[in-house]
Amino acid sequence: MTAFDRTLTLTATLAAALTMAAATASVAEDAMEKCYGVALAGENDCAAGPGTTCAGTSTTDYQGNAWKLVPAGTCMTIETPNGMGSLEPIES
Amino acid sequence: MDHATFTTAFRAALFGGPPPPGAFANDPDEVERRFAVYRNNVAHSLTRALACRFPVVERLVGGDFFAATARVYLQEDPPASPRLSQWGQGFAAFLERFEPAAALAYLPDVARLEWQRGQAYHAADAGPVSAEALMQAAADPGRHALRLHPSVAMVRSRFAVVSIWEANQPGQRPGGHLRANRAETALVLRDRADQVPVIALTEEEALCADALLRGATLLAATAGTEGSAAMRLLPLLMRVGAITGIAEQG
Repeated sequence: MTAFDRTLTLTATLAAALTMAAATASVAEDAMEKCYGVALAGENDCAAGPGTTCAGTSTTDYQGNAWKLVPAGTCMTIETPNGMGSLEPIES
Repeated sequence: MDHATFTTAFRAALFGGPPPPGAFANDPDEVERRFAVYRNNVAHSLTRALACRFPVVERLVGGDFFAATARVYLQEDPPASPRLSQWGQGFAAFLERFEPAAALAYLPDVARLEWQRGQAYHAADAGPVSAEALMQAAADPGRHALRLHPSVAMVRSRFAVVSIWEANQPGQRPGGHLRANRAETALVLRDRADQVPVIALTEEEALCADALLRGATLLAATAGTEGSAAMRLLPLLMRVGAITGIAEQG
């Protein structure tokens, strides 16, 4: 296929993709409406982040440098070349 | 003492320095202990704020580990702006050199993804382009580029960041065989309903999206790819409202 043919093919593909895109726009506008404040408290599917609530401040946080502490969350179920929740650096 | 000098001393005191001049207690021996309560409250609030910004990182390492990590991080890179949404940009780079988390090589990229989601959520508004304008661009793709919504960004990783992120959403239980060492690229944006989805892109789609983000014409952005990348990417971008205008070139 020559460069010219290739450009023609791409142009046709793009036209199809953009036509499809244009068609989705009106559907999307109908289907979606802005919904404020529906994210459940404590759910982390909201990207708003901090600054909107006052966190409780009574906890005395872990202090100091006792780095006997190891990651203990769901990382333990993720497989790395060194095994599950490997505590050795991953070779790259 | 002028105001600037006082706030500088107060800020230094919050992040580990001695209590600021003027701190007072009936028993002078108690000044340090009482100020430590204040210091702890600030540190705790910031720790929780960081956890709200990086909930998947917290879930990956567990609450205790995250809180201890945050304590070290906030000493090193305390907020520079009163807007908490601006704090945490350096967290991913911090995790990269944070020895206790070194085993979790994918952690910094997960942090990058979460940071980008926050940025997308707080990005400026921009309305979607009309279907008519898009069709006009289709007529001459070699001369038209897309303007994309300010929230649109990509996070490339040599790790399976999208899969890891998805497996750690509320209500999900990560399976035992999620392989971390698999490159994935995430497309992040804020959609018409103000949600911030994380969309996995194929390598071709990533190349195309990257070119579009850099302002390449439609033709140039798809030139190095099979048409299938554009066939998925363009309708997707339009559906979520991420195409905000057409730029004419040349």
